[in-house]
Amino acid sequence: MLKRIYNRVRNWVDDRTGLPQVIGRTARHLVPPDARWWYVFGSATLCAFMIQVFSGIALVFAYIPSANEAYSTLHFITNDAPFGNFLRGLHYYGASAMVLMVGLHMAQVFLFGSYKFPRELNWATGVLLLGFTLIMGFTGQLLRWDQNAVCSTVVAAEQVGRVPFIGKWLAHLIMGGDTIGGATLTRFFVVHVFIMPALIFAFVGLHLWLVLRHGVAEPPIAGKPVDPKTYRREYKELIKEHGRPFWPDMAWRDVVFCVVMIIAIATLALIFGAPKLGEQPDPSIIAASPRPDWYLLWYFAILALLPHGTEKYLMVYGPLLVGLALIALPFVFNRGERSPRRRPWAVAAVLMTVVMIATLWVAGANSPWSPDFNAKPLSPSVVGATSGPVFIGAQLFQAKGCLNCHSIGSDGGKRGPNMTNVADRLSKDQMTMKIANGGVNMPAYAANLTPTEMDSLVAFLQSRKSQQP
Amino acid sequence: MNEPDTEDSTNGCPSSPAELSRRKFLARLSLTMGAVGGLILAVPMLGFILAPLFKHKQEVWRTVGKVESFKIGETTAVKYEDASPLPWAGVTAHSAAWLRRVDSTTFIAFSINCTHLGCPVRWLATANLFMCPCHGGVYYQDGTVAAGPPPSPLPRYTVRVKDGDVQIQTAPIPITKK
Repeated sequence: MLKRIYNRVRNWVDDRTGLPQVIGRTARHLVPPDARWWYVFGSATLCAFMIQVFSGIALVFAYIPSANEAYSTLHFITNDAPFGNFLRGLHYYGASAMVLMVGLHMAQVFLFGSYKFPRELNWATGVLLLGFTLIMGFTGQLLRWDQNAVCSTVVAAEQVGRVPFIGKWLAHLIMGGDTIGGATLTRFFVVHVFIMPALIFAFVGLHLWLVLRHGVAEPPIAGKPVDPKTYRREYKELIKEHGRPFWPDMAWRDVVFCVVMIIAIATLALIFGAPKLGEQPDPSIIAASPRPDWYLLWYFAILALLPHGTEKYLMVYGPLLVGLALIALPFVFNRGERSPRRRPWAVAAVLMTVVMIATLWVAGANSPWSPDFNAKPLSPSVVGATSGPVFIGAQLFQAKGCLNCHSIGSDGGKRGPNMTNVADRLSKDQMTMKIANGGVNMPAYAANLTPTEMDSLVAFLQSRKSQQP
Repeated sequence: MNEPDTEDSTNGCPSSPAELSRRKFLARLSLTMGAVGGLILAVPMLGFILAPLFKHKQEVWRTVGKVESFKIGETTAVKYEDASPLPWAGVTAHSAAWLRRVDSTTFIAFSINCTHLGCPVRWLATANLFMCPCHGGVYYQDGTVAAGPPPSPLPRYTVRVKDGDVQIQTAPIPITKK
């Protein structure tokens, strides 16, 4: 009885909308049989994106995108609203998962050579989606409208300001005027909540359409290169003979992986909660040291480590060239071997990228180039004197900002060389020269120290010797 | 995989030359009208979004304190309000500058934004240096670059003394070009 009603309703909907048929046919489209766990990252990215959409919609129920009020609504969401802290955490770790999955998906597609003929545009739309994802990450961090966000906005404006001719205009476009103010936040809100999600939906649609049009790429076999003349026919035969319906033969792995990911994200959100809010978004608070969220920390490191004088070019043309090179990749190499076994350079490129980003990431997390403004004063046991030139020198070492960049023992900044045993490597004269004249990353102190002060400082540094056996 | 669309664009509908030319005309008419409609909507919308960027704000003088509240040779942070903040700007309408009193009548106001990437630089009074917390840019007390990545000296704001008050002229956040 129930079954009969169900069938009648189903048939009616099918007849009047035609959708169940289309959806069913799409879901059961045939895919290569041996695409196993390697293929889950794309759908995991989509899943992470949907988490972002829903948690984002929920957050906007309380968030007010006003320069004056956003900060207090964030406090309300985090501290007062039921599930608020969890929801912000979900949105943060969801964003992290999305960036991570985009990266894994891209690496897998690259290693398997799946970007080659006829899937060039699958790759190109994917590169654009990667860009959109990073823009979402950056604008999302700015919607966490605290002092760090305000500073980061200025940093972003300074970067686009290096673009020739239209730089200043772009910088003002980002800030919504020539200073930070009431117009700044609404801009990022519109980009983050309307423009970018709309673009992502559109391009995900296109991306998936292309997947259906060209079929899921079969796992590569070494010694079986792509030849645009024969590839389509071979693929058709493979699918005809060995194809399996995507749903449910393949889709179950995607579902399992996505659910594991959701559990991981929810667990992280539950344990760690929302990212901390900084000071209020007041551009006149000077004690700020803006840092991007972890997924852009490696780029922060690049900006710090660029050789002086090259910033102007690398800041503008670097990301542009990387983007263009990524988009151009499948058009330049659209045939030949797909298997990573026959493409050692592809494997090397992925490994190098991973090592590079990981190294920069660690560097960014430590940021040794940032002076330490909270360095502990040197303890008397470290100084080793309570009066005389060594003692005075030690006071000067702190007062003149040396300690902000140079460590003694474990105290102090890491911007410049460690001074614990400096007397082992520099003579008195060498020290005086260096302090007076400075260097690329060190100010010249000649006009900043009296001769007696210089002598005391050098006396203190001369007392920094390794223990003699 | 679909075969490329080989059908006639009119779906095989039989057509006389007169009908063909009429069809061409109608297609062109629709596209042109569509473009006109789009333009009518797009111009005011883009104008609304972009106009604030081209509006030249009237810069104003903001008093940051009495002359005698600043000691000669010292550099202090001063806060003031932007030229014409939006009503909902809240604390984002604040600006800051490093104000140095050179002698009894001369003041210099430095931007707090490092010329490298705009992070707020800090003044180390005992060291007579500005230091940037982001990438370690350092400037001397006159704003010239002492060390690190900044490509140019700290920009200055216009400052004057009027009726015993020190006044700074509001200005855009300096954007480094080089």
